[in-house]
Amino acid sequence: MTAQLLTFYLFSGVILISSLMVISTKNPVHSVLFLILSFLNAAGLFVILHAEFLAMILIIVYVGAVAVLFLFVVMMLDFKTSINKDNILQYIPIGILVGVVFIAELIIVLINTKFDLSNIQVLPNPLSDFTGKSNTEAIGSVLYTDYILYFQLSGVILLVAMIGSIVLTLREREGVKRQVVSEQLQRQGKIDLVDVKSGKGVDIL
Amino acid sequence: MIELNQFLILSALLFAIGVIGIFLNRKNVIIILMSIEIILLSVNLNLIAFSYFLNDLTGQIFSLFVLTVAAAEAAIGLAILVIYNRNAGSIEIEKINALKG
Repeated sequence: MTAQLLTFYLFSGVILISSLMVISTKNPVHSVLFLILSFLNAAGLFVILHAEFLAMILIIVYVGAVAVLFLFVVMMLDFKTSINKDNILQYIPIGILVGVVFIAELIIVLINTKFDLSNIQVLPNPLSDFTGKSNTEAIGSVLYTDYILYFQLSGVILLVAMIGSIVLTLREREGVKRQVVSEQLQRQGKIDLVDVKSGKGVDIL
Repeated sequence: MIELNQFLILSALLFAIGVIGIFLNRKNVIIILMSIEIILLSVNLNLIAFSYFLNDLTGQIFSLFVLTVAAAEAAIGLAILVIYNRNAGSIEIEKINALKG
């Protein structure tokens, strides 16, 4: 057993266990923390697969942004609604059934299939073109040339998501006093400029 | 040496865990959103595994786009969750039945 294989089993075992904990813990905060653990281990698997840039992006974007967003929402909303257990147990059979059928089908297919990738001829961006470059450099040289349209489209998607979530959550509250800068600056005749003598101070009123 | 099938089985298991999470969970929508994140993670793992074993970069580019869309989806989903909780006072899934579906 090589070190690579051991690392793979370690990372994948932790990913599977922590994903199971994500869907099974009662406390949503614990779920988010297990989700973070599973993302970190997936980043480790990406490093094993020589996708260092994506591993870092996974840590920065998922752990740094998305998981923290989840954590914010979980802590902001009130989840203390009581749930009676009978309601949960009612859905376990169908869930187990669907899951077992799904896993069984996929694994039967995967165990019986031996992928022969050696004679695939058409590779759009073979890695041998990028020998001597780092993974980040290689991704950049493809992403900004061949996939520039998709890159910009994903930027538009992010923009729409940003505007959409701001518009959804923004609300005008009644009775909140706001600062209106233009009115403040236009006040005339209500401001006195006083020349203060040193050592004497100002008489208020 | 790791084989491709090991990665595929791992990501199939992850995908199944995500699907089971969607089925089993009746408490709050946020666990469902996390299950969707797990499913997208398994898809990313598939893409990157094929990218490595085919010696081709395209899988990593695709995985990057999947990450982008997943981030946008999480942001919008959580925003909807926040306003739903503000309007209805609860995000229990069984109580979300305004459409009588």
